[in-house]
Amino acid sequence: MNTSYLSKSALGAGVGLFIYAGLTYMLTNNGFRFDIGWFLLSISPYQWALIGIALAVSLSVLGAALGIFATGVSILGGGVKAPRIRTKNLISIIMCEAVAIYGLIMGIVISGSITSFMTTKPEELALKYRAGYKLFGAGLTVGLCNLFCGVCVGLVGSGAALADAQNSSLFVRILIIEIFASAIGLFGLIVSILQSNGANLSD
Amino acid sequence: MKDDLFFNLDHGYAEGLCRGFKSGILKPADYHNLVQCETLEDLRLHLQSTDYGNFLANDASPLTVNVIDDRLREKLVQEFQHLRNISYEPLSTFLDYITYAYMIDNIVLLITGTLHQRAVGDLLPRCHPLGSFEQLGAITIADTPAQLYNAVLVDTPLANYFIDCISEHDLDELNVEIIRSTLHKAYLEDFHKFCKQLGGVTAEVMCEILAFEADRRAFMITINSFDTGLTQDERFKLYPRCGSLNPDGLQELRRTDNYEAVKDVAARYPIYRALFEGAGTSTGEKTIEDKFFEREVELNRNAFLRQFHFGIFYAYLKLKEQESRNIIWIAECIAQKHRARIDNYIPIFH
Repeated sequence: MNTSYLSKSALGAGVGLFIYAGLTYMLTNNGFRFDIGWFLLSISPYQWALIGIALAVSLSVLGAALGIFATGVSILGGGVKAPRIRTKNLISIIMCEAVAIYGLIMGIVISGSITSFMTTKPEELALKYRAGYKLFGAGLTVGLCNLFCGVCVGLVGSGAALADAQNSSLFVRILIIEIFASAIGLFGLIVSILQSNGANLSD
Repeated sequence: MKDDLFFNLDHGYAEGLCRGFKSGILKPADYHNLVQCETLEDLRLHLQSTDYGNFLANDASPLTVNVIDDRLREKLVQEFQHLRNISYEPLSTFLDYITYAYMIDNIVLLITGTLHQRAVGDLLPRCHPLGSFEQLGAITIADTPAQLYNAVLVDTPLANYFIDCISEHDLDELNVEIIRSTLHKAYLEDFHKFCKQLGGVTAEVMCEILAFEADRRAFMITINSFDTGLTQDERFKLYPRCGSLNPDGLQELRRTDNYEAVKDVAARYPIYRALFEGAGTSTGEKTIEDKFFEREVELNRNAFLRQFHFGIFYAYLKLKEQESRNIIWIAECIAQKHRARIDNYIPIFH
């Protein structure tokens, strides 16, 4: 109750500050200073590409971690009274781990595209910026997709472990649901590879 | 969503373990075997092949029903205390709340025993282990509720529940029962508020179960008070307010003075109408208490259909207690060789 009040008031204060700053700029005839184009151009394409790598790996690992702890703990708990589930249910953990591996792969693929450039011609610089944005997009795509995929596989795997402990014929059926869940991580990987294709930072 | 994502962080192991315990609850096939036992020795043999295992192995050959009762309770207490030991907040507070009900029963047991001039040493072993607290033995020194509160209970978690029942009357038979009902009312309302504040699936599951408990208490207090000296206003003060009967049903219940009138009040709520219609007061039919037990078992069984909430811990404890009552019922029928109503236990799983 108290924390939501605090966060709501912080949000309100932030929005208020933003509106105040915007109105100040606008009403003092300084609106041209709020220049998004300048801001984007002043960020180097290397920055975009490297943040893309960071997002790819870190968000994937976050998803895999959430999944693994959700499943692993249920396997432990259910395995006390039903020891037969212990080995079979490690499949769920492997599927969560695969999500982290997708992030690792994309991190390596994206970082393979990062080379230095010397040109200052605007038409070539535009291509470099495009490459930076593509690599950022690729990293964000695979990161977020794997985050949700990992969480999904983990929660389903937790249910699978507990259901298997009660009735062993349920495990294979719930595994099919997990396979569908892990497919969405694969979609993220595919789209991300397509995005990072042709992103050429070299001269 | 925070429920689903982060529940397993602190409580996943306890949930898995609790579901494992629940899978050890006796099935219809086990009950079928138990009902066909001829002696208590047969009963012990059949219980060995269930989750109970060799829990009666150390007891000497002429088994009595009291011994079986003690061992069943010991096993249940052991499992619950293990869950309490491995739990984190807020599950620990939730499990503590469940034990307060047993503390209230223990306090009333000790006060009643003292009124009948029994020694503390005889009474303490009969207290329920889940409801033990440090000052339990000191209850017997008090003569009035005010003394009881100031000397003993002010440091226990039950202190808040005593505000309503501190009065200058001495502790005598009728007053002790009123104290029990008042404490239990305050406890149920507090527990209901705590579960609501936990929010999420826990609130949904637990508030339904606790609302049913409140309504059940209101009905049973009314029915049981018809021939005693309890006035309608006194009775009204004992009804817990956290159920679905609040406020109209409780006002109507206050004005009833026989079983038929209570049945009419229940007829306005579909679930309770069905329960009262299935029950009767003659010997062949189920009593309304049996129907209430059945409804409680149904609600507790449904708690296991959802994941990531605390309701399963409460439901598991109640189902295990019902199972103990069933086994004792069967054991009594066998021991007294009166097998006509041996099938009148409440089945838990179908």
